[in-house]
Amino acid sequence: MKNWRQPSVLPGFGLTLGYTLLYLTLIILVPLAALVWRSTGIGWGPFWALAFDQRTLLALRVSFGAALIAAAINVIFGVVVAWVLVRYQFPGRRLLDAIIDLPFALPTAVAGISLAALYAPKGWVGQIFAPLGIKIAFTPLGIVIALIFVGLPFVVRTVQPVMAELDRELEEAAATLGANRLQTLSMVVLPTLVPAILTGFALAFARAVGEYGSVIFIAGNVPYVSEIAPLLIVIRLEEFNYAGATSIACIMLIISFVMLLVINMLQMWSRRRYSNV
Amino acid sequence: MDVKIKNIRKEFARFPALHDLSLDIASGELIALLGPSGSGKTTLLRLIAGLEQPTEGKIFFGDQDASLKSVQERNIGFVFQHYALFRHMTVAENIAFGLKVRPSATRPPKAEIRRRVSELLDMVQLSGLEKRYPTQLSGGQRQRVALARAMAIEPSVLLLDEPFGALDAKVRKELRRWLREFHDRTGHTTVFVTHDQEEALELADRVVVMSQGRIEQVGSADDVYDRPGSPFVFSFIGESAELPVTLSSGQIIFQGHPIGAAEPGEGEGKLFFRPQDVVLTDEQDALFGKVTACRRLAGTRIAEIDIANHGHAYHVEIEVPLDAPVTLGAELRFRPTRWKVFLATQ
Repeated sequence: MKNWRQPSVLPGFGLTLGYTLLYLTLIILVPLAALVWRSTGIGWGPFWALAFDQRTLLALRVSFGAALIAAAINVIFGVVVAWVLVRYQFPGRRLLDAIIDLPFALPTAVAGISLAALYAPKGWVGQIFAPLGIKIAFTPLGIVIALIFVGLPFVVRTVQPVMAELDRELEEAAATLGANRLQTLSMVVLPTLVPAILTGFALAFARAVGEYGSVIFIAGNVPYVSEIAPLLIVIRLEEFNYAGATSIACIMLIISFVMLLVINMLQMWSRRRYSNV
Repeated sequence: MDVKIKNIRKEFARFPALHDLSLDIASGELIALLGPSGSGKTTLLRLIAGLEQPTEGKIFFGDQDASLKSVQERNIGFVFQHYALFRHMTVAENIAFGLKVRPSATRPPKAEIRRRVSELLDMVQLSGLEKRYPTQLSGGQRQRVALARAMAIEPSVLLLDEPFGALDAKVRKELRRWLREFHDRTGHTTVFVTHDQEEALELADRVVVMSQGRIEQVGSADDVYDRPGSPFVFSFIGESAELPVTLSSGQIIFQGHPIGAAEPGEGEGKLFFRPQDVVLTDEQDALFGKVTACRRLAGTRIAEIDIANHGHAYHVEIEVPLDAPVTLGAELRFRPTRWKVFLATQ
């Protein structure tokens, strides 16, 4: 580690590293530092009181819980969707491929309103479930559905290219050795996809934790039940309770950072374990 | 186990890859499928494995119609050109894979699998590397892991696709000898695909020469080299020269002059001979041409000769003794001692 500067045919290490650090500082670190500074400015005692308020804790639980569940569901169905897009030729495949990206582009509020209309007890989908006693819109279940909607493209788009690169000979080799389709999938195909799946999970999860627009229309926003943390922050801001807002934001920041760090480490481990690079 | 291929035809999206092809492979035989790229040799191998389905025709393993069986049921050992090792598994896990995926009724117990793996590692001379991952091995070692993995299921037929294609020349030679010994020891019916004629001639009991989806000739190394059955085989295997001739009343006519006695037949044809099967001569009815280049090749000398032909020239290469008086630009007379004429109508 004596000399970080590796001789290289492409010059510019100093320039690019300097630019990267400056850029990250201005765009990410300064706003986050200000946030932490504002929230701790009120002193530890009030900070803890605000942070561990019952309503805050439940909102955080709804936010992170729903985000985890949605990301997990997205992993399963995102992998299936990617598989269909990569492996099969069928009319309309390109169209379907393009539709995957729509949740990226659609204003999230539009998504939230249409999902709420669909899943409300009188909505097209909601009226199927209403007689069964299942309420979707205006409950945590509705939040999960909105988060699945916004997170799906992340999983599909990270897994799809890796899947397309998969060597078909590996599956043929497994078949000649007597493995059936299920064994080939679980022992040969999926393990090589694990790093990509984890990346997709992390992105879908991160997006879901920060999601606001689509959720507030379908969540019902009942305090202690279906109120997400970002909404609570907005509520605190509207009450001019800046300290309260920044404390919640700060806690969200810490939890998100720790979770993403863990996922990243898992991913590094899986990359070593499963692809041996 | 013997393998019978009966009137196989294979089309890919209307493009014919194999035309009505039949082949009998005896039990324990080592067979090479030899041909240029696009000749259909890999397709044939994949059909035997069941990785492709024939458009028409049948394949028998012993008395059983293998066409009715899936890849999994055929119990074949297939070694892929690029090995297709499972990168997330260790060498030992790769080799054990075929045993682990068996249904519990026929799956050997864990200790037995471990014993078999170490036995196979011994056999391919890789003991001590069981904990390594494929990326930590050299090309030759990966090749042998792939072979051990295929052998673990005790296949009835061993199929190898360009087994030495991705290796450097020295490793290739070693592995070639090693595979021959391996085959002699285990006695498996083995079919391998290659575009390297030296490899096919040296290694195989019988060579199947293929071109454009057809079998040109099946025979021992001596057969295909000394008694080529078609113009393609003559020019594909070994060095050869080719001249247009006419057969007429027992004579071979080249450029209007008889140059020797012919086998029976009449009409247009092509005369083939090998560079080493010629003698220099002064006779008037010999072939003659201008020496355009002369180069030393190990123990002999190769002369490049242009035989004049109305403006352009037939280019042939012949071997000449080291002490023969060959001067660039001078005329040289020679006569093939062994040759073969293929008539155009044949």
